[in-house]
Amino acid sequence: MPSLDDLKKRIKSVKSTQKITKAMKMVAAAKLRKAQESAEKGRPYSQKMQNIILNLTKSINDPLNAPKLLVGTGDNKKYLCVVLTADRGLCGGFNSNICKLAKQNFKKILNEKKNLKIISVGSKGYDQIRRDYGKYVIKKYSFKEKKQITFNEANIVGSEIISLFNQGEFDKCILFYNNFKNVITQIPQAQQIIPAEINKNYNDDKNSFSYDFEPEEDEILEDLLPKNISTQVFKALLENAASEQGSRMTAMDNATRNAGELVDKLTINYNRSRQASITKELIEIISGAESL
Amino acid sequence: MSDIFKVEIITPDQIVFKSDVKEVIIPSYEGQMGILKDHIPLITFLKPGIIVIKNQEEKKYYIEEGTVEFSDNNLLILTSKVEDINNLAKSYISNLQEEAEKKLKDHNSSDKEKYIAFHKIETLKEINR
Repeated sequence: MPSLDDLKKRIKSVKSTQKITKAMKMVAAAKLRKAQESAEKGRPYSQKMQNIILNLTKSINDPLNAPKLLVGTGDNKKYLCVVLTADRGLCGGFNSNICKLAKQNFKKILNEKKNLKIISVGSKGYDQIRRDYGKYVIKKYSFKEKKQITFNEANIVGSEIISLFNQGEFDKCILFYNNFKNVITQIPQAQQIIPAEINKNYNDDKNSFSYDFEPEEDEILEDLLPKNISTQVFKALLENAASEQGSRMTAMDNATRNAGELVDKLTINYNRSRQASITKELIEIISGAESL
Repeated sequence: MSDIFKVEIITPDQIVFKSDVKEVIIPSYEGQMGILKDHIPLITFLKPGIIVIKNQEEKKYYIEEGTVEFSDNNLLILTSKVEDINNLAKSYISNLQEEAEKKLKDHNSSDKEKYIAFHKIETLKEINR
């Protein structure tokens, strides 16, 4: 049985923890609104861009001469996985969900005796991956100092991916990130960006036509494809930022509630043992008086 | 009866413009290009210039670069930088102009960069007039 003083100390410490989690929740809620807004506003751009690319993929008649960035190298021996996570912890299962999905894929790739390379964005993801797959990580990024993710950051990652591709370092590139559905639901996702993957629910019957290009098709593709890669990375970063805040908000909300429950329980314990000691003293006094 | 089609101008941050219009004039990479309904599917680039959207009234946007896709009577303009001409401050314009002029004189710039800078200056001059 802990003494009264111990209980008092514990109640105090749980209460101060509760204050911290409450504050974090409120900060996350404020940040979430901003992040959610930019994620939702950024969606149309990346979606339309992807659509154009998909339409292009379909209109290509001669896959052999098409740019490799669009149709892939035709091989699937070497994989590049880009794992996008947060830079900060205390956000529930956010980071571990991405890493779990990524690790499943890593395992599959390695089991098939394929070559694996990893780029990690965000320090938390790297920490989790390092233990099992540290030797596959070829590059790690962290945008901790940046308050707001801009296209520049996405471009840094995007151009790295492209330059690796041009060096023939990989055949397929997969992005791992959390898709922001709403505040309490974030879905970890694996999106293949090289070669562009045709979405299954994308209806292609009426959309197949050949485009008129101006200037030449090659020139357009040369410019558009790298841009698309960066755009997809940017989208993933934005979705991630919103998911992180949403996830943190729910996690901190839960933590605050749990702390409240704990305080209640401890207070009851405290009162009970205080009452017990008073009763004990009373009994001692009475029995002492009686014996006289 | 209608001779209108949909046009959308989208940046990574937001949807700038979305509406049904009659005609759009875009500064395509190889020259001005007017787009009406039932244009053939098209993909092209933009150079710095002015997008004119004609409906009941005219609307003008200054644009620095972008990709245009037209299909199924949907005109899609994806760009990183676009401004409503009415919202452009004079000082901002001259700033951009100075930057572009510097680039034009820079010997390290490639021909393509110079071509773009040149058109940027031309457009900005026209707006400032």
